[in-house]
Amino acid sequence: MSTTTDKIKVIKLEDLAVQIGKEVLVKDQSIAIFRLSNGDVRAVSNRCPHKDGPLAEGIVSGEYVFCPLHDWKISLVTGEVQKPDDGCIQTYETEIIDGYVYIGGLG
Amino acid sequence: MKKRLVMIGNGMAGARCIEEILKRQPDMYDITMIGDEPYPNYNRIMLSNVLQGKTTFNDININDWDWYEANQIKLISNERVTHIEREARHVVTNQGTTIPYDELIIATGSSAFILPVPGHNLEGVVGFRTIEDTQHMMDAAKQYKKAVVIGGGLLGLEAARGLLDRGMDVHVVHLLPNLMEMQLDHAAAKLLQKDLEKQGMKFLMEKKTAEIYGEQRVQGLRFDDGTSVECDLLVMAVGIRPNVAIAREAGLDVNRAIQVNDYMQTSDPLIYAVGECAEHRGIAYGLVAPLYEQGIVLADFLTGQPTMGYQGSILSTQLKVAGCDLFSGGEIHPCENTKSIVVQDEFTGAYKKVLVRDNKVVGVVLYGDASDGTRLFSMLKKGADVQEFTSASVLHKAGEESGLDVASMSANETVCGCNGVTKGTIVGAILEHGLTSFNEVKAVTKAGGSCGKCRGTVEAILAHTLGDKFDASAEVSGMCGCTTLSRDEVVAAIKEKGMHTPKEVRMVLGFKHEEGCSKCRPALNYYLRMLRPEEYEDDKASRFVNERMDGNIQKDGTFSVVPRMYGGTTTPDDLIRIGQVAKKYNVPLVKITGAARVGLFGVKKEDVPNVWAELDMKSGYAYSKSLRNVKSCVGSQFCRFGTQDSLGLGIRLEQEIEMVDTPHKMKMGVTGCPRNCAEVLTKDFGIVCVENGYQLYFGGNGGTEVRECDSLTTVATEDEVVLMAKAYVQLYRESGIYGERTAPWVERVGVETVRTALGEASQVAELAARFEQARGTYREAWRATLEDEQRQNMYSIEKR
Repeated sequence: MSTTTDKIKVIKLEDLAVQIGKEVLVKDQSIAIFRLSNGDVRAVSNRCPHKDGPLAEGIVSGEYVFCPLHDWKISLVTGEVQKPDDGCIQTYETEIIDGYVYIGGLG
Repeated sequence: MKKRLVMIGNGMAGARCIEEILKRQPDMYDITMIGDEPYPNYNRIMLSNVLQGKTTFNDININDWDWYEANQIKLISNERVTHIEREARHVVTNQGTTIPYDELIIATGSSAFILPVPGHNLEGVVGFRTIEDTQHMMDAAKQYKKAVVIGGGLLGLEAARGLLDRGMDVHVVHLLPNLMEMQLDHAAAKLLQKDLEKQGMKFLMEKKTAEIYGEQRVQGLRFDDGTSVECDLLVMAVGIRPNVAIAREAGLDVNRAIQVNDYMQTSDPLIYAVGECAEHRGIAYGLVAPLYEQGIVLADFLTGQPTMGYQGSILSTQLKVAGCDLFSGGEIHPCENTKSIVVQDEFTGAYKKVLVRDNKVVGVVLYGDASDGTRLFSMLKKGADVQEFTSASVLHKAGEESGLDVASMSANETVCGCNGVTKGTIVGAILEHGLTSFNEVKAVTKAGGSCGKCRGTVEAILAHTLGDKFDASAEVSGMCGCTTLSRDEVVAAIKEKGMHTPKEVRMVLGFKHEEGCSKCRPALNYYLRMLRPEEYEDDKASRFVNERMDGNIQKDGTFSVVPRMYGGTTTPDDLIRIGQVAKKYNVPLVKITGAARVGLFGVKKEDVPNVWAELDMKSGYAYSKSLRNVKSCVGSQFCRFGTQDSLGLGIRLEQEIEMVDTPHKMKMGVTGCPRNCAEVLTKDFGIVCVENGYQLYFGGNGGTEVRECDSLTTVATEDEVVLMAKAYVQLYRESGIYGERTAPWVERVGVETVRTALGEASQVAELAARFEQARGTYREAWRATLEDEQRQNMYSIEKR
């Protein structure tokens, strides 16, 4: 499936505020990056499967983001929409190298 | 020695029958169950919920391994009975085990019917019947894109919905022109199809499958009209075939299924059959409710309880697909001696049809709003005379409907069709175990434990049984799903225990989620800042996007920019600047807002700070839970009827109260005379200027639910107006629930409470002073962000 394993450098870690999402455009794909309170950095597609809500603007609690448009709850770890709603979003691998966030797994 | 009872099968109907036997005579039989699936018994009808991701395999077990042990049932799983030796009175399994019986129950159920067309054994062709099938479909959805479901019945549509949810492109192939033709008439079927198409499901109607093609794995199917459709997963949901091979081989009377009498006895009096493998009066049932009824009859019979025997079932059906609320029961198609009552509401998309014969309901089809289903179906089962009822009342006022009439339901009427729980069982359990909530009733009786559609009825029965003691809101009284504590309890605890941070509050008060949720995060942030204005630092990460970004998010992710215009006033220079900025940034919509300001809508996120900087105006807080605006008429400065300077007062109020967080947004109004051009009697706080002073009003709302203001008092000077306004806002800040407008707040705490609190001069002064203290901690939002690089960083989008 994966056509490339290249990692792309996207942002300085210190520019990511804890629990406030950040939108980045990588190869024209809108990706939301989050720094969770446990220190993990997570990257997902910036589109809620419901009505395309920009997830980077959502409230982050633990490993979940709540879509700002209609409050869908989505896991930033698995990409799965939580009950009672259904669906799934793309997640991307992240890595911190020398204080920068890299993401991989893009097609 | 106890009699030996052997059951072939370990499915829902069989296990239910055993449960019922144990309930009646726990020690009467030595019980052995033989099941060929490697699981304890599970709720098969929930598989579509598993597929749709609403629940997991773990949650659908009916009885786990412990249940068998606790009840001393010997379970032989993963082994299949190959034949029954009636003369020797034992059964033999494929492993060669011989199990003797005194009484034998066949509960072998049925299998998914697989169309015997060429290619039916290719990889990727499955039925939808078991945990394996479901797992197969879930795995396929991860790897493959295109699915076809053959069969537009109940099961097929639930399967298709599940595959859609798992990201597949789904075609449903149906032989007939209407979906669910067993349960729906033409009109309801078309409404259903339309709704499902809106959800992204595609249909190939009136298509007969001729052949499935593919090398090793399925690649598509061809129809007998020469057309075809591609797929890499093919689900057959075309019906079930009772598993009767061993019964037939044993020489029992078998037609379509194993023939039984009213006591579920086969042609051999020591052998019984229940469930989908049994045929009673010519009917083999495939829905769960009748199977449970059969299990109960057989349990009565085997334990020597008096029983009327099984009389057959009138079926009712609901579909477990979100957004397609339907109910079907009894007869569907009108005939010569039936009359129909049809209500079709194209406005809401609701369709209701009731078939009546000899003044009795004999069939019900509901689509769009199935809430009447239980009630109408109960009339059908009771044979109630319809002449006493209004047949089609149109457009009566909201809230006038009387709702479910649980009082008139008889005790043996079924409430939960999935698990066969009657009203009598529920009422008995409520009284015996002292149950007070739906979840408790579900745990004890299983009512509502499968599809959950009967929850409303169960709650109505709780209310009816417990009277005032039942509080449906009790289960949701907490601030949010994280805690059962109410707003007042949380605020009191913060004060008492001297807590300082949201994290501390969640830890100390044992919130279920360590980091809260989108409901309690903003609420705790508000309460803490309200209680500790000078020490608590606002947490941007706990703010809803609109307040975090200081603009309202629009449905496409852009934002609105609405500058402050005190009292609705502006200047020629400001208007020109707004025009220039709107042009420069290609703002798609410029509109006068409901709160009498100019709004720029559709500003791109990355442009937002630049737009603010170039406008060089204050934020209108059009996105916040705080004072939005004070609507004012021009007043005595220009109007020939004006009694006071309402505009001047409006501007002053707006300037003195803006920015400070309140539980929800607030709107105020000042009008210059009782003609009330500024419409102040539906504001959170309204002032009517009169010759001798100012009449103050509070608690009005012109939004969701219109509420007219209550009058507070009349004061003589502008200063007094401002003081009262501040005291009132502070009272609301200190006792309102986050997200509660003043209108419901006033209803909740009482009009008199507010009047009393603001009737005492010393208290007014203290409230106003606390408001001032809070206000001193606020800075104008846009300027604050423009001076803080890190905050501006939130608006930029990195491009790589």
